[in-house]
Formats: sequence, C-alpha cells, structure tokens
Amino acid sequence: MKIVVCIKQVPDTTEVRLDPKSNTLIRDGVPSIINPDDKAGIEAALRLKEKVEDSIVTVMCMGPPQADAALREALAMGCDDAVLLTDKAFGGSDTWATSSIIASALKKLEFDVIITGRQAIDGDTAQVGPQIAEHLGIPQVCYAEKIEIKEDKLLIWRQFEDRCHIIKVGIPCLITALSEVAKPRYMSVGGIVDAYHTKEVMIWSYEDIMDTLDVSNIGLKGSPTRVTKSFTKEAKGTGAVLKNLTDDEAVTAIMAKFKEKHII
Amino acid sequence: MIGFTLSNERLLQRQMFRDFAEHEIKPIASQMDEEERFSMDLLKKLQKYGMMGIPYDKAYGGEGADILTYALCIEELSKVDGSTGVTVSVHTSLCCSCINDFSNEIQKEKYLRPLVESSKIGCFGLTEPGAGTDASGQKTTAGLDGDFYLLNGQKVFTTNSGFADIFIIFALTDPSKGTRGISAFIVERDTPGLEVSKDIPRMGIRAASNAEVALIDARVHKDNLIGVEGLGYKIAMNALAGGRIGIGAQAVGIAQGAIDEAVKYVKERKQFGRRISQFQNTQFKLAELQTKVDAARLMVWRAAAAKDNHENFAPLAAMCKYYASEVANDVTRACVQLLGGYGYTREYPIERMHRDAKITEIYEGTSEAMKMIISGLMKIN
Repeated sequence: MKIVVCIKQVPDTTEVRLDPKSNTLIRDGVPSIINPDDKAGIEAALRLKEKVEDSIVTVMCMGPPQADAALREALAMGCDDAVLLTDKAFGGSDTWATSSIIASALKKLEFDVIITGRQAIDGDTAQVGPQIAEHLGIPQVCYAEKIEIKEDKLLIWRQFEDRCHIIKVGIPCLITALSEVAKPRYMSVGGIVDAYHTKEVMIWSYEDIMDTLDVSNIGLKGSPTRVTKSFTKEAKGTGAVLKNLTDDEAVTAIMAKFKEKHII
Repeated sequence: MIGFTLSNERLLQRQMFRDFAEHEIKPIASQMDEEERFSMDLLKKLQKYGMMGIPYDKAYGGEGADILTYALCIEELSKVDGSTGVTVSVHTSLCCSCINDFSNEIQKEKYLRPLVESSKIGCFGLTEPGAGTDASGQKTTAGLDGDFYLLNGQKVFTTNSGFADIFIIFALTDPSKGTRGISAFIVERDTPGLEVSKDIPRMGIRAASNAEVALIDARVHKDNLIGVEGLGYKIAMNALAGGRIGIGAQAVGIAQGAIDEAVKYVKERKQFGRRISQFQNTQFKLAELQTKVDAARLMVWRAAAAKDNHENFAPLAAMCKYYASEVANDVTRACVQLLGGYGYTREYPIERMHRDAKITEIYEGTSEAMKMIISGLMKIN
C-alpha cells in the first residue's frame, strides 16, 4: 500500500501574534512543530504500514525551506521518504492555492491512501484536505478518529457531533485525521540519525510540478481569499455567578441584570 | 573551527529526549525516588527508543549517533530525574565502552550487540571496599583453572547491578604486577558464584540500582577476558574518562532541572504583595545560576566533541565533570533556598535534585581525583 501523508509545519504557540500591516503570522522566535492533527495522521499511516506488507509511507509538506525540519521528524518517526514543496511562487497561498499545488504534486506520486490532518492550529480552516480530494477526484472521509483495514477496504470511524459513522471506503481515497486517531510515537535516536544521513527529503519547486499546475491558481495572486481584518481576541472578564437562588429568583435576577446592562 | 550552535539533527534529538523525559519520566520520578526502585517499564522504553546504545555503531545494533548526542540525552533525562541519567550513563559509558573499545569481534557480537540493541543491561565493577579513589588497590583475584578463571572478591557501589545482565568485572590476574596485573572480564549475571546484594540505601539517586557484588569462585571462561591479561586498568581508566562526560552531562541536567522548577515557582509565589520573581535578589540569583550552568554545559560539549573527534578528551572530561558537579551542588542548594520552606518539602522535586546532585562530586572520580588529573597535566608537581 502506498500512503502519502500531507503535513504542515506550524508555530508552536497558542498566542500567535499577527503582523498588523500584512495580517500574516509573525513566525520569528516561535518554535515550529508538525501540526498535531497531521502528526496523528503520520502515526495512523505508520500503523497501516505495519499491518500491510510492502507498504511505503511518503510524507509531503508545502512550506519555506525550514519546513525540512518537520519532514525530518516524520522520517525519524518511520516514514520512508519525504517531499518538500517550496518555491517563492507558492508564497501567500490560501487554502485553494495550497490544495492546488499539493494535488499537482500528488499526481507525480503513486498513492492508494492520502492522509491529512483535519485542520492546522494556525489557520483552523479544515479546507485543504477536502480540496485536495476534489482536485484529484477521489473519495474523501473527514474527521477520522479511527482507521482500520479490512481486506482491500478501509474502515473509517468518522466523528460526528453526537455520533460516529463507520464508513467503508475503497482505495484510492483521502482521509482527514483527528488528533485522536493515533497517539504519535516518539522518534528513536537511530531514526533521527537515519532521517539526516540515509533518508532524503526531495525538494520540488514550481518547475517540478508545473505541467499539472495552473499558474493562476497559486501564490497570493492565485488565492481567492481576501483577509479584510485580522485581530487578536480580547480576553473577556469573568462572568457573574449568582448562587443559592430558587428558579424564580434566578429568572428575576437574570432579567434584572439584562436590564441593568441594557441588553433588553 | 569553534561552533556553539547545535545542528538541526541534534536539535531534533534534544527535542525527542525532552519530550520523552517530560512525558515518560517526570510523572514517575518522585515515586521512583520514594520507592527506591527503578521502573522496569521505563527501562524498556529507554531501550525501545534507542537511548541505551546512542554512540555505538549501527553495525552492532547501536544507534549510530555520537558522544555529543549522548551527552544531550543524559542532560535531558537528568533534568527530570538524576537516577535515570546515571542508569543510562553507566550502561553506555562504563559497560558498553569496555567491550566496544577493547573486545574482539566474537565478544562484540555476543555481548555488545544485545547491550546496545537493547535487550540487555550492563554494569561496571571496579570499586571495592578498599579500592575507591585508589582504584589500584584491587583485591579481587582471577586465577586460571583450565579454560576458566575463578574470580574471588567483593565489589561495592556497583550501579545498575540490581538488574544488570552483563557485568564488567576487574580482577587481579597477577597480584605481583600492581595495576599491570589487573584484567577485565565480561561476566554474565547467571554465572554461579556471582551474587548481588540488596541495593545500598543512599542519600540521592535513590531510584538507581546500586549494590554490592560478591564473587565466590565465579567461573568465567577465558574467552570472556577483554583484550589480554594486564590490560584491565587501562580499560577501566578509558571507560571512566568517557563516563565523566556522562556524569558532567548528568550534573548539568540536574542543575538545569532545578533552575527550571525554581523559575516556575518564583513566577507564581507572592510575598510582600509581589511575585518573588519581581525582586532583584531573585533575578540576580537566577542569572548567576544560569550562567554557571551554561558554562558547565559548554565544558561538557567541549569534552564530548573532543571524544567524537578522537582528540585527547580525558583532561577535558575531568574538568567538565569537576566543574559541572560543583555547579550542580551550588545550583540545587540555591534553588531549594529560592523555594524556601516549600523547597525543603518533598512536594516539590528540588530537594530530590539537591540530594541527587551530591553524588556527582563523588562517583566516577571524586572532585579531588579530578583535580589530581587536572593538576597533573598542568605539571605543577
């Protein structure tokens, strides 16, 4: 089985600062990590590999040259090979442009299963995975919390708000993984040595995938998303808690508060 | 060329060691100390992720990394638990190195492979009741009896011996030759005549195993002699020189761990209406401590890099071990003080770190022994 995991390198912080002029993330000084859902996706892929003989796990990432570190980490966990999609022409891509680029790169590889994380902690869009599947014209199962293999099909436990769907899907297909799908393993010391000395990160630029990529779909110019305003959420004060009231007293007290605050 | 920046590869190694220590060791460190018992489950995990064979060749099942990476590992493990640090260090630096550096191919296949491939644990028996800093005062003997040596004597303070599978035992094959009469043997745990006592109760590194090893007519095949007769003292000194990098790294780890805990505490603790981190006394004290730890760390890295480059690392290892262990004691004592009464309680890990720090000035060569090495090289006498 040929599995490709698409990952994103993201800043490791919940306090992401924004450049007020460009509305983009300030990455300087913030350590970078593999997006948690994507890392769970890597683990899910490695577990599939362990179950199906002669499987290969390729990991793919679009990003600046520094994203090499994220790919090495994936290799150290046990992925077989890695592709870094990096080019100035890709800069400023929104989800549409990103998925266009990644889908074009995927067309260069053989794959049975593509796994992406559900969403990235720096953007929270959850769009790139499903868009890749649409570009490639393959079935997609999103929000996977468990993946199993049954004969030549995959069984996916798809998380829903109040229930879980078990979906049987053939290959090729694309799965977006929740972080619950699998707890990522540690790298090993020797795995890291291999990731830097025997395994390789292939670097693909625009030219390497241009034959299947429409230039009008990439980079800032190819991105239909327009950010009108970005801001950091202000912290709200703690709410008032009214205690030891009967139901009727509670209603009266709440209504009085609403009036006091001119809400009603 | 001098470089103080870690490569991306080493940064990734350090990140892995840190994640592992934080999630697998920190939650159980205090309990292991209280129970005075090393977790066998943790030992298996250390083996699984390659931490028991870091600087050894992949050809023998090792991880194919280097001494600097190994030092990073010991520091990160020791930041949360000094006992784990020394357990890995003794196995790696003292036991495996004797076989790796001096054994023949047959011995390497038979003993180094399982040790670094992670199915067996090693220990190192040099110290005796009457042979501490003066390691030349060995009393254990090894007399040849056909194809076997009969080992008789008593080893003490043998780290890892409680659960080790492979013992490197030093014994006199020719008592008339002094240190040139000492030989090194690979002894398997189930050898009849080898007996390990209960762990010796200690002040610190209480989770580590440390016991007495008695040898009563222990029959060891002559194939298990490392190198040739009389090479033992050289083998021991070589192992200890490398071991000091590990203990230096352990000391740096204990000290950094204490600073990290103290920083966390002073940012929360309020006295006189302010967080105690806002007092300049706190700030200056922590600045002093961090500077000392950074200096010690650079000395450890220098010694490790020298060993990796096959330079004469032994004096550098002695200096880093001497300095880092003194720093670990100064720093942990100061960190207990920063936490005041809470620092003295077992609710916080700093008192454990302070207790653990003390041994770094003693084992694998006391501070005084290190000064003998350093001053000897300075040709002062």
